[in-house]
Amino acid sequence: MNYDIVVIGGGPAGLAAAIEAKENGVDNILVIERDRELGGILQQCIHNGFGLHVFKEELTGPEYAERFIEKLKEQGIEFKLDTMVLDINQEKVVTAVNTVDGLLHINAGAVVLAMGCRERTRGAINIPGTRASGVFSAGTAQRFVNMEGYMVGKEVVILGSGDIGLIMARRMTLEGAKVHAVVELMPFSGGLTRNIVQCLDDYNIPLLLSHTVVDVKGKDRVEEVVIAKVDDRRRPIPGTEQTFSCDTLLLSVGLIPENELSKSAGIKLDPITGGPVVNESMETSIEGVFACGNVVHVHDLVDWVTEESRRAGKYAARFVQKQLVVSKKPMETKGENGVRYIVPHKVQIENITDKLTLMLRVDNVYHNAKLVIKDGDKVIKSVKKRHLAPGEMETINLPAKDLANFEGNDIIVSLQLEEE
Amino acid sequence: MYDVTIIGAGVVGCAIARELAKFNIKTIIVDKENDVANGTTKANSAIVHAGYDALPGTLKASTNVLGNALYEDLCKELDVPFKRIGSFVVATEESDIEVLKELKEQGEINGVPNLEIISKEEVRKMEPNLSEDIIAALYAPTAGIVGPWELAIALAENAAENGVEILLNSPVTSINKVDSGYVVVAGEKEISTRYIMNCAGLFADKINDMVNEPFFEILPNRGEYNLFDKSVGDFVNTVVFQTPSKDGKGVVVLPTVHGNFLIGPTAEKVEDPNDLKTTMNGLNFLREKAHKVIPGFPFNAVITSFTGLRAKVKHGDFIIEESKNSKGFINVAAIDSPGLTAAPAIAKMAVEILCKSSGGFETNESFNPNRKPSIHFIDLSDNEKAELIKKDPRFGRIICRCENITEGEIVDIVNRKAGATNLDAVKRRARAGGGRCQGGFCGPRVMEILAKELQTDITSIVKDSKGSYILTGSTKSSSVEVN
Amino acid sequence: MMKQDMVCIACPMGCKMEVSTIENGKTSYNVSGNKCPRGEQYAVKEMTNPTRMITSTVRLKNGHLARLPVRTSDAIPKDKIFDCMKTLDEVQVSSPVKAGEVIIEKLMGLDINIIATRSM
Repeated sequence: MNYDIVVIGGGPAGLAAAIEAKENGVDNILVIERDRELGGILQQCIHNGFGLHVFKEELTGPEYAERFIEKLKEQGIEFKLDTMVLDINQEKVVTAVNTVDGLLHINAGAVVLAMGCRERTRGAINIPGTRASGVFSAGTAQRFVNMEGYMVGKEVVILGSGDIGLIMARRMTLEGAKVHAVVELMPFSGGLTRNIVQCLDDYNIPLLLSHTVVDVKGKDRVEEVVIAKVDDRRRPIPGTEQTFSCDTLLLSVGLIPENELSKSAGIKLDPITGGPVVNESMETSIEGVFACGNVVHVHDLVDWVTEESRRAGKYAARFVQKQLVVSKKPMETKGENGVRYIVPHKVQIENITDKLTLMLRVDNVYHNAKLVIKDGDKVIKSVKKRHLAPGEMETINLPAKDLANFEGNDIIVSLQLEEE
Repeated sequence: MYDVTIIGAGVVGCAIARELAKFNIKTIIVDKENDVANGTTKANSAIVHAGYDALPGTLKASTNVLGNALYEDLCKELDVPFKRIGSFVVATEESDIEVLKELKEQGEINGVPNLEIISKEEVRKMEPNLSEDIIAALYAPTAGIVGPWELAIALAENAAENGVEILLNSPVTSINKVDSGYVVVAGEKEISTRYIMNCAGLFADKINDMVNEPFFEILPNRGEYNLFDKSVGDFVNTVVFQTPSKDGKGVVVLPTVHGNFLIGPTAEKVEDPNDLKTTMNGLNFLREKAHKVIPGFPFNAVITSFTGLRAKVKHGDFIIEESKNSKGFINVAAIDSPGLTAAPAIAKMAVEILCKSSGGFETNESFNPNRKPSIHFIDLSDNEKAELIKKDPRFGRIICRCENITEGEIVDIVNRKAGATNLDAVKRRARAGGGRCQGGFCGPRVMEILAKELQTDITSIVKDSKGSYILTGSTKSSSVEVN
Repeated sequence: MMKQDMVCIACPMGCKMEVSTIENGKTSYNVSGNKCPRGEQYAVKEMTNPTRMITSTVRLKNGHLARLPVRTSDAIPKDKIFDCMKTLDEVQVSSPVKAGEVIIEKLMGLDINIIATRSM
């Protein structure tokens, strides 16, 4: 079996990449999806707020997904559902299984990795207590409630104020559950302000910042959750414990790019993002293997996933068409002074036709700051930011003409606070 | 009328059940939990000890060394993961070396083969990730690792295949002596039985006291563990103990048979034999102790933590004997470490005692020692994978993405004897949900499969015990009834 | 005069605002803490006629899943949210349904429909 491009994952990233590749002149594309349907996590995100950038209107997750799924079908792009990729090798042979075709070996001209991310678990953050049932990751609960139609609890405490946690606080409340509190380890929320207002404030759900869960009690099912204040090194402060009588603890404590396939293929990963190291084309350390969406770094808006994935799709098409240049002197991007990471990690200016998009995250909440882009010591561009937060990804576009004059080897982005 | 009632379906009870299946008798094994292997067996260090720890002359010493020797064949017959990877006891101070020498001598008296004290250089050559501070180690090549619950489940399944009955969710609440033997009330059931094997682990004293004068007290000892991702599973390839002190064997670091990495246990006396919580202090303690031998270890790769309880007694040795004033009532109690290692030998010994008391039983000529091998789809060759899917398409559907477990494998372990009926039971048998996402993705799918195979509603599927419900009902249920 | 704290959601800045209600023959509002005019607009809307989009599900028969995701065609008054949820409890639709299809017309007598957000 041969395809010019094999896209692994039929969520928003995979769909956008496949469509874009097709629109850039590649016909022989296969999308492989492990779930029973296309759309990925969007199908369980039934709330609205998607598409403001891409479609200039506010859509729900399923609506956003459906636009791409319709387009994919319209363009006649092949896809396989209920199909799991077991392996990708350096020669771009993709091994997959499903119930219909059995074991598949697919030779790919290019591969686009779009496997998305998974949720951090209770175990990963070592929440102490019993192993009673009733501890769910927020996404699992969301699937049960929104897609399968089952409730996962009646009295709920939520740990983590990332967007999924906030959204689930409202969702559980609307379905008749009592959400006692959303507990956040950090002194600030990881979620969007509008979600704090519309998901918590609207329903009088308290948000307890600088708190964490210190004990889970209950023999069979969760009976109590004990929380405590934490100090500035995030250690619980004895004596500040509060007990909630509840049957459910939902966790929204972070997302991790799913890179098991990338690792086994030998793709180089960035320890900070947890995703592949990529260049301007969203190409990984293996030539012809591209990556996009949450498998590269966790995005807060699907619109940015779409934009990034279109880039990956376009460049994968150019790779197949042998139009992608391998630069002798790629530049590296470097975050400094509060900039935690930048995607892409490498830039070959030869391949940039219109603009270079840098996506980055900062390490704390900042007000009245500037993001300064430098070529060595030389300031190329400076972008004012009235508000920066770790939960909100920042995007900087550099026109190709600005890049042409780069002298240094690194593109440095640093954060500077303005005098009040 | 049953010939033998085994109380407790841990690894010891299950091993005894399988031994008894070799006779033409009617045996039943009863347990209060919702699955076999659900007590101490499911939460321990998973080590097959070489046998140098126990004092010469004790039951612990003899059953450990014999048990260790029996593992190879037993695990082959039952298709249970077992690896003889060897163990180290590492010394970091000069005074530790004396302890190593004593352990070696003790081991040799116990009959442990090939013990050796090796130099710092040899240690580092074998395990380059161990701390530079280690100055010597006692090397025991016969030590190994096993899947402890897999072993108990396999023993139970094989026993059941050979005619032993299993009764779960049935706590024993009373035992009465009658002319023909005993009447055991287990849950809703009254069991008339000639003989009793008390393998009730943390509750063995209570079971004994239902019939006999109290003569031992189980002192539960809590041990917490941290389990790490497969990405760090080969950080060391040997079981690494620290030099023991008065407080016990201390914190051990080791790979697991499935390629994960385990650090534990703590040791804490507790009152409650159900106290299975983990604590922040315990987990911090583990890291601190482990750091001493594996300083570069990526502790952030943790995937879960758990607690096990060990059934200790004051005098320290196993109790394997017929009750002095209750003929046919055999206590197999106080089985703490190295109980897992010793289990095959304990079973043989307990059955010998029973045979002596009863005058022996007729051999079951049709006994089949081999368990139908379980299927590990991901480990098969491409051809085998393709063939298997052709035969049963459910092997082409991956349910657990982390461990690559197929629907076919889950269906298989649900439909075996002593099969899985809940989420944790599936995890213990097929590893679905045992990976880094801990069932986040596959949980709903596994529940669906369980509901289908067990012909029940998904809302009745539990995590572990009968009361550990997962779903609280249907959405939109305030008016119309559920479809 | 009544004072109320509010966080602006017009942009990610999240200005912390204080809204004073002034009863002086007719009701008016004094908004402070906002860094741009959009803050004031948002605050006054929140005080006079707060509305919210509602997204939820309804029962679905013969679909590959048991629930169909739906939303209100426009924002509804905030105090009608739970009534809206109750109305949705009563509804059952049968597959096939197209995204955009009206599931409930004139929800609770409002000029707002409930529409499917997915084709199933």
